[in-house]
Amino acid sequence: MSVRRLAAEQPESFSFTPELEAIAQKLIAKYPEGRQASAVVPLLWETQKAAGGWLPEPAIRAVAERLGMANIRVLEIATFYTMFNLEPVGKYFVQLCGTTPCMLRGAEAIRHVCEKKIGHERHVSADGTFSWLEVECLGACTNAPMVQINDDYYEDLTPENFEKLLDDLAAGRPVKVGPQNSRKGSEPEGGPRVLLDPALYAHDVKIGQEAAPADEAPTSGAPAPTSGE
Amino acid sequence: MAKIVVDGTEVDVPAEYTLLQACEAAGVEIPRFCFHERLSIAGNCRMCLVEVKGGPPKPTASCAMAVKDLRPGPNGEPPVVLTKSPMVKKAREGVMEFLLINHPLDCPICDQGGECDLQDQAMAYGADTSRFAENKRAVEDKYIGPLVKTSMNRCIQCTRCVRFSTEVAGVPDLGAIGRGEDMEITTYLEHAMRSEMQGNVADLCPVGALTHKPYQFHARPWELIKTESIDVMDAVGSNIRIDTRGREVMRFLPRNNDAVNEEWISDKSRYVWDGLKVQRLDRPYVRKDGRLVPATWSEAFAAIAAKVKGTAPTKIGAIIGDLASVEEVFALKTLMGKLGSANIDARQDGAKLDPALGRATYVFNPTIAGIEQADAILLVGTDPRHEASVINARIRKRWRQGGLKIGLIGAKVDLTYAYDYLGAGPDSLADLAGSSAFGDILRKAERPLVIVGQGALARPDGAAVLSLAARVAVAVGAVKDGWNGFGVLHTAAARVGALDVGAVPGPGGLDVAGMTAPGALDVTFLMGADEVEVAPGAFVVYLGTHGDRGAHRADVILPGAAYPEKSGIYVNTEGRVQFANRAAFPPGEAREDWAILRALSEVLGQTLPFDNMQALRAQLVSGYPHLGHIDEAAAADAGAVSTLAGVGGSVDKAAFAPVIEDFFLTNPIARASAVMAECSALRLAAAAEAAE
Repeated sequence: MSVRRLAAEQPESFSFTPELEAIAQKLIAKYPEGRQASAVVPLLWETQKAAGGWLPEPAIRAVAERLGMANIRVLEIATFYTMFNLEPVGKYFVQLCGTTPCMLRGAEAIRHVCEKKIGHERHVSADGTFSWLEVECLGACTNAPMVQINDDYYEDLTPENFEKLLDDLAAGRPVKVGPQNSRKGSEPEGGPRVLLDPALYAHDVKIGQEAAPADEAPTSGAPAPTSGE
Repeated sequence: MAKIVVDGTEVDVPAEYTLLQACEAAGVEIPRFCFHERLSIAGNCRMCLVEVKGGPPKPTASCAMAVKDLRPGPNGEPPVVLTKSPMVKKAREGVMEFLLINHPLDCPICDQGGECDLQDQAMAYGADTSRFAENKRAVEDKYIGPLVKTSMNRCIQCTRCVRFSTEVAGVPDLGAIGRGEDMEITTYLEHAMRSEMQGNVADLCPVGALTHKPYQFHARPWELIKTESIDVMDAVGSNIRIDTRGREVMRFLPRNNDAVNEEWISDKSRYVWDGLKVQRLDRPYVRKDGRLVPATWSEAFAAIAAKVKGTAPTKIGAIIGDLASVEEVFALKTLMGKLGSANIDARQDGAKLDPALGRATYVFNPTIAGIEQADAILLVGTDPRHEASVINARIRKRWRQGGLKIGLIGAKVDLTYAYDYLGAGPDSLADLAGSSAFGDILRKAERPLVIVGQGALARPDGAAVLSLAARVAVAVGAVKDGWNGFGVLHTAAARVGALDVGAVPGPGGLDVAGMTAPGALDVTFLMGADEVEVAPGAFVVYLGTHGDRGAHRADVILPGAAYPEKSGIYVNTEGRVQFANRAAFPPGEAREDWAILRALSEVLGQTLPFDNMQALRAQLVSGYPHLGHIDEAAAADAGAVSTLAGVGGSVDKAAFAPVIEDFFLTNPIARASAVMAECSALRLAAAAEAAE
C-alpha cells in the first residue's frame, strides 16, 4: 500500500442526483436521529458508484455536507479504505489480485497483460475503457489467478483467456463471469478426484454415526481425505 | 473504590480509574505519548504498557484499561499491576524501538529538542543503536496555518492534536488521513486551522512534528528563564509562563490552573510576544510645534506640570486602558484624587458597570470552574469564543458532557457548540423574564447560568440591560443559596481590578464618553487607553507602551512597561486575584507605570504616599483587603444581584453589537504584532471567502 492522495485533476463540482439522494435518505434512516454520520461508508460507496467509480474531492465535500460532518472526517475515511478510489478509473476497472496464491499461479503474467493492453497501473487507457490496479487478496484463491472487473470476479485466468476477456469487454461482446476455463465455481478442474468410491454414498447409513467411531480410531483402514492438489 | 496493588503498594482508587491513573495515585510514573488527561483515550502509542495479574496475560496499555476491568485473584486478592517487571521493560523498549524506526534523528535542528517527550523517554527506554537498516518513512510537511509549523517526518501518530481540535477546540480541522505507516496528520486540503486555540496543539505534540512557527529556531529551552505570570489579552487571567532570554521575551506558554485556564491559552495570548518588541515607546516625548520630539523625563514632567497647574481640577481627567494592573490603577486614582478631580474611568468601552452596586454585579460570580456545574446557560450580548476563548472551551467541555442547554441573545456566531438562538436584542431578554420556551428551561434547571457580555453593557442603556439581565437571573432562580449564576464576562484584563478599587467617576465626575467629548477636559491622562478617541483641544498625556492611537494623539508621552515587564496584581473576570511576576525589563528609558505616576506626582506637588511597590501594595491591600488574597476568587454578596434586578430602567430595542471586531487586534500589543496581523488577515480572507 502506498500513500493515497486525491487526484490532481478534479471536477468543478459534484451534486447529489435525485437517485443518490434517495439512496442517501434510505441509508441515513437506518441510524438514529443525530447519528447520521454512521452512514458515511455506505454513502461514500454509493457516491463512488454515482461519480463513475471514483471519489472526486467535491463529492467528498458533498457527502460531508449531507451528513453534517467535517470535511476532514470524510476525507479520513475515504483515504483509509482502499476500495474508495481517489483517482478516476476506466469504464472497466480491473483489480488484479497479486497476493501469494495468485502470484504462485501466474498473476505476474496477468499483470504483464494489463501493462501491455491497458498501460501503466492506475492510468486510465486513452479511450477511457480500462484501468487497472493490483490489490491484495480478493479471497478467490482456489481459482487463482483472478481479477475483479467492476463488480464481477473473473477467475482461472491465463494470459490468453484474459487478453480475450479484455478484448471482448472492449468490443462489448458478452463475457462469462467466473472461471474462464471449464471449471464450475471452485469445483476441481476436470471433475472430482477424491471421495470417488461409490460405496461411500451407496448405503443409507447416517454419516454421523459412521464418522464418530472413525474419529476415535484414526488408525483404521479408512482412506484419509487428501487435498485436491 | 477498588483496591489495586501497584508495584507492591496497595492503593484504593475509584473503580473507573484507568490503570495509568491508579499507578499515578500510587506514585508510579507511566511513560505515555498519546494519553492526555484532558483528551479522550486513544490507546495507540502503546508506551504505557504494564504487566497485570487479573487481566490479559500480555502487556496491557494502562491508559485504556480500567481498574474495574481487572479480576481479583482466586482468594479475592486485589489485582496486581507491575510497572517495573522485565516484561514491562522489554515491552516498552520494543515500543520505543518501533517509534524510533521512522523518527528522524534530527534532534539537533528540532525546535522540540530539550523539551521533547520522545527524547526524554528514549533516554529511559531507547537503545543506543538502530537495528533498522531499511529506508525511513518520509512524509510531506503540511501547511496548517501561520501559527503551527509541521515537520511530519517526526510525527509518531499519537493523534493528540486531532483529538484536541475536535474535542476541546471544537473546530475539527485536523485529521489523520491514510492508514498504517502512511497515516498523515493534516487539515482538509491543507487549509489553515481555524481555531483560536490552535497553538495548544503544538504544546500537546509530544515530539517536534508540530512546533510554534513564530518561535521556530529562536531559542533552546535550557537557555530560557521561566517566569510565572498572568496573561492580559483577555479578562480570563490565563496563567502563563513567560520564557525570556536575556532581556528578551521569547515566548508565552500556558501554566496549568484547573480553576482558570486548565492548560490552554488562546492564540492571542500565546503569540502576541513579537508585538512587545516593535512600536515600543522607549523614551518620553513632548509635542513641540505639532511634532512629537524626544525629551527627557524631567522635560516631560515639566510640560505636564506646567499644563496641570493652570487647569481647574474639573477639567482634568484620566482614562484607564485594558491592560493596566491594579497597582497602577490605584496609583492613578490616588493621584487624581489628590489633584481634586473626580474624572476617572476604567471602562474604556463605556460599559455601564457600577461598583457602587456591589461586586456581584460586575464579576463572573459562578466562577469559571463553576461552568462545569451549570445545566442551562444563557449568553447575553456576548461571543465567548472571541471574548474569552478559554472560557468558551470550558462551556464546550460542559456541553460535551451532555444535558446542557444553551441560549444566545446577541449576534449570531459560531461558538463551537449548539445553542438556541433567542434573538438579537433586549426584547428577547425581557421575554425570558416572562414565560417562554427557554425561560422555562432556565427555570427548570438546577444551576442556571446567565452570562452577560460587554456587548450588552457597552451601550447607552447598558445599565438598564444589566438590571434586566439580573432580573431574568433572579426570576429563573439563578441566584440562590450555594449558587450564584449571574456572571459578567469581561474582555479587559484591567477591568475588574479597576472596578474593585473604584476607578469610576466620582460625584460629578465625567465618564469616558464625557471626558472624550469636545471641550470637556483640558488635560486628559490616558493610561494605556488606546480604544478611545479624545476630541481635539485637550492636552493629552499618554502613559503607555506602544505607538498606537493614544500615543499619536498625545501631547506628552510617558513610556511605560508592558505586562511581562512589571509585576502586578490582576483580577480576572471571576474576581480572582492573581499575581503576575516580572519577566523582563522595559526598553530604553521606559519605567514601570506606578513609578512614573509616583515621580510625576512629586513634580505636580501632590506626592503619592508610597516610595516603593511594597508600600503601594500595603496601601492597596489595606484599602481593599480582598486584593491580598492571591489566587482566590472571593464570593461576592449575591444580594447585590437582587438589588440590581430592582434598578430597572428603559431599554432600547437595538440589537446587541459584537464587542470584538477583530479577535487578533484588540489591544496595542496585539496591533504591533506581525503574527497577529497575519492571523487577522487570514481570518478576514476566510470570512470574505465564506461570504461569497
